[in-house]
Amino acid sequence: MDARTTHAATAARSVLEAPDIARVLTRIAHEIVERAKGADDVVLLGIPTRGVHLARRLAARLEEITGKEPGQMPVGSLDITMYRDDLRLRPARALARTEIPGDGIDGRLVVLVDDVLFSGRTIRAALDALGDIGRPRAVQLAVLVDRGHRELPIRADYVGKNLPTSLRETVKVQLTEEDGRDSVLLGARGTAPADGQ
Amino acid sequence: MKRHLISAADLTRDDAVLILDTAEELARIADRPIKKLPTLRGRTVVNLFFEDSTRTRISFEAAAKRLSADVINFSAKGSSVSKGESLKDTALTLEAMGADAVVIRHHDSGAPHRLATSGWIGGSVVNAGDGTHEHPTQALLDAFTMRRHLTSGTGQDLAGRRITIVGDILHSRVARSNVHLLSTLGAEVTLVAPPTLVPFAVESWPCEVSYDLDAVIGKSDAVMMLRVQRERMNAAFFPTEREYARRYGLDGERMARMPEHAIVMHPGPMNRGMEITAEVADSPRCTAVEQVANGVSIRMAVLYLLLGGNEPAVATTRTATEESK
Repeated sequence: MDARTTHAATAARSVLEAPDIARVLTRIAHEIVERAKGADDVVLLGIPTRGVHLARRLAARLEEITGKEPGQMPVGSLDITMYRDDLRLRPARALARTEIPGDGIDGRLVVLVDDVLFSGRTIRAALDALGDIGRPRAVQLAVLVDRGHRELPIRADYVGKNLPTSLRETVKVQLTEEDGRDSVLLGARGTAPADGQ
Repeated sequence: MKRHLISAADLTRDDAVLILDTAEELARIADRPIKKLPTLRGRTVVNLFFEDSTRTRISFEAAAKRLSADVINFSAKGSSVSKGESLKDTALTLEAMGADAVVIRHHDSGAPHRLATSGWIGGSVVNAGDGTHEHPTQALLDAFTMRRHLTSGTGQDLAGRRITIVGDILHSRVARSNVHLLSTLGAEVTLVAPPTLVPFAVESWPCEVSYDLDAVIGKSDAVMMLRVQRERMNAAFFPTEREYARRYGLDGERMARMPEHAIVMHPGPMNRGMEITAEVADSPRCTAVEQVANGVSIRMAVLYLLLGGNEPAVATTRTATEESK
């Protein structure tokens, strides 16, 4: 794993840097407000690990735009591990936190937030997980990067950057909260299968 | 994690913390309107109970059902076992029915180990209590309860916490599993019992032994009271029940001498008036009911970690070699 990361890092090319990511998130926040006509009933749910950080950043921007007090925007996390369709292909994995905001998601507009949209299988799992938690008015999807290669009929409502990739490439999102810096890296795939699907 | 869960001693610190952390996340399912996950859909879990149990069997059943597994309950009473069927033939029957996991409680120590290493069945074996040997999921749920009360929670172990286990250690599989698991997690365990109820070769266990409850109760972070297992006793281990209760029972006055933050635990079933008074059992410091609720989360975590992933290819060869021995 380590060997692959270092290899990918040396071959990787940065496609988005910190200021680009900041700009992109601000734009997505504005789009959410525009589409949801004020973002009053919006609940942001990030998909661990990096989706959660992105959801928190989006929430902060939405609070600025709509003039809400900091912390008023409902934001949470949705772990999809138990709903994955590839569970039986690998050893059981550790679970991440699912944190649904106090008022729940019934009748709200849920915006799922993830870092990379790839096969679409994560989002399918997230939709299944949502169904067990409540019944939102609508569900939308915001992603930082859409790298293509969908395997399911799923599309994002808000896309930070469309990044045409080949299947041999890897897309790695780094965020300050998790990795110490903000960037999106495009690298060549090693022998190990890519993570973050 | 390994393929089977037979003994708490088989778990490394990282295994144990992973189970506790997984249980911590799964505990949140209980607050949801739909208390179910699709993870083990299409898997079959057999509860194979040769000995009476309410708590553990129901707990395993609830855990497997919340993970969407199919559950088959098998109790020795009213089955072919009462007609003289051997463990091997019962196991072969279960294998033929395609059991992915067998949760076994047996009155003989070592029965789960036999089942896991004999090659009779291909699925995972989870020990739900065997004789006076081990009861690993009980130890895990006890550790989970302690961790919630005594530490900051997820990711933590029990390093430096002082745990006192009081009562019928000799017949207690709960005590044995707890000693192994708690010492793996870094806790300091002290066993307190009359000399007649301390097991042989206890000095090889990773714990202290005391015969005086009052001497250790003042510096315990958790005090676990064990039931006196009269059904396993074939000799006089102490003069009278009153004397036992006076020296080794927990009453309100003794509880008051425990540190402010310390909790009272009991794996159940309780004998009120014997090892624990009603006053203590009903006090908010007693976690007996909470332990039952935590049991479901722990058993979900164990089933998920054993069955949720792909089949470890190692296990098949291992059972095969052990069979040929």
